[in-house]
Amino acid sequence: MRNILNPSPRIAKVPLHKRFLMYWVNHFQQAIGSLGELWRTPMASLMTMAVLGISLALPASFHLLLKNAERVTASWDNAAEVSLFLQPGLSDKTTQNFIQRISLYDEVDAVTYISKEQAVAEFREMSGFGNALDYLDSNPLPAVVQVTPKPQHASPAGAKLLLAKLQQEKEVEQGKLDIEWLERLHSIINLAVDSVVAIAFLLLASVLLIVGNTIRLNILNRRSEIEVMKLVGATDSFIHRPFLYTGLWYGLIGGLIAWVLTSSLVLWMESAVIKVAGLYQSDFRLLGLSFSEFLFMVGLASLLGLISSFVTVKRHIHLIEP
Amino acid sequence: MIKFEQVSKVYSGSHQALQKVDFHLKQGEMAFLTGHSGAGKSTLLKLISLLERPSDGKIFLNGNDISRVSRRHVPYLRRHIGIIFQDHRLLMDKTVFENVALPLVIEGYGRNEIERRVMAALDKVGLSDKAFCIPVHLSGGEQQRVGIARAVVNKPPLLLADEPTGNLDPKLSTEILKLFEAFNSVGVSVLIATHDLGLIAKMRYRTLTLKNGKMSSDGLLGEGHA
Repeated sequence: MRNILNPSPRIAKVPLHKRFLMYWVNHFQQAIGSLGELWRTPMASLMTMAVLGISLALPASFHLLLKNAERVTASWDNAAEVSLFLQPGLSDKTTQNFIQRISLYDEVDAVTYISKEQAVAEFREMSGFGNALDYLDSNPLPAVVQVTPKPQHASPAGAKLLLAKLQQEKEVEQGKLDIEWLERLHSIINLAVDSVVAIAFLLLASVLLIVGNTIRLNILNRRSEIEVMKLVGATDSFIHRPFLYTGLWYGLIGGLIAWVLTSSLVLWMESAVIKVAGLYQSDFRLLGLSFSEFLFMVGLASLLGLISSFVTVKRHIHLIEP
Repeated sequence: MIKFEQVSKVYSGSHQALQKVDFHLKQGEMAFLTGHSGAGKSTLLKLISLLERPSDGKIFLNGNDISRVSRRHVPYLRRHIGIIFQDHRLLMDKTVFENVALPLVIEGYGRNEIERRVMAALDKVGLSDKAFCIPVHLSGGEQQRVGIARAVVNKPPLLLADEPTGNLDPKLSTEILKLFEAFNSVGVSVLIATHDLGLIAKMRYRTLTLKNGKMSSDGLLGEGHA
């Protein structure tokens, strides 16, 4: 139906290869043009991009926090140690026998005995509540045997089996596995991961809405221009393009701002983290975003910008008729 | 070029803008469309450029029924019609050159071709020295001529003008109409809606008169037949 006034007007007017070339030249011009359009109102554009940047930096920072937390706890996984609190009133001999007996267990690597007296001394030193002990008539602390499993039995499950076995011993009043707090930590981290995913979804949704609304206002501002373009025969997709590029730029630059924010946060926290790690005799270093994570973040941001402007543009430009 | 067959247009709210209008404008013909305000002149032009769809009847452009052209193809159709508005509809933040170049950019012309054609169109309307002004800095007559340059820049076979001289004094109006005559002399069909009867009388072209949405006379003014 397009050849109404001329047998084949589109081809006759401009040769196909030229049209193809000009299509891409137009694309390029419109991409640069919409960037220039953003530059014409630098404050407004930058504020929108900053909002996008912050919305993206938040989930990215949470992700980094979790990534580093998981790295820390991963190195703790095999530090399982079983603490056995002995029955009160055992003779030294019984205790020695017991220690000897469990040292011979296949699963056991090393055994350390902490007597009641040592326990009290350690408590005085470490807890800061030392003076409170003076008000007590007798030593309330039990003697403790710390059992380190062999590496092949140090997994949470293996250590649990060993604990169950040791608790069968009659000298043991209570056994405690140091892995328990680790399991709790793991479940807390899992909870945190779930919350971060949920928060990330909310923030990404806000990115969609922010870009959509900005593009919508953009379209309304240029209503008369769109009308004129339609009057002189612009197709919808020709009119869409600059707005799609605007959305893409918003996303792309928002993503870059998010990366700058996240990286600054890592830099800022690094010295503090090194200090803390030093106190724990660890050479732990804070990990920043990797290159692939950077690409993912900027790519996702651009994609969100594009999707959001696409949906908005489709809806609103259709409605504008000269 | 344009043929109306029993065309009616009813706007929502049951306002009847056109009633069973028939006329035929031949290729290369120039005609005026007149009538009191509200008689349906603008509606008729809007139907040709598919800004509105007819409620009833058929409209042919070059022998093709455009009443059922799909929305997707409307832009391609409009590229063959140069439209000129009373308020000239220029983009006020773009230069004269960019305004005139718009239809060519949309059609995908190359930069050199655009420059050549825009300068030629501006030359025709006598504004080649104002190419890089912005329209705000031009007079009303000059703005109207920019609008005409934009309408003719891609050499459409049909020109539609809606009150092109509405805001201009008689001298400028005559100049504008001389331009239309010049385009007509090279084979472009021209349809000009105007209520400026003095102008029509001076030019002595075929005149279509609308009255309350009906075609009341067709022919030279004063000797028209219903």
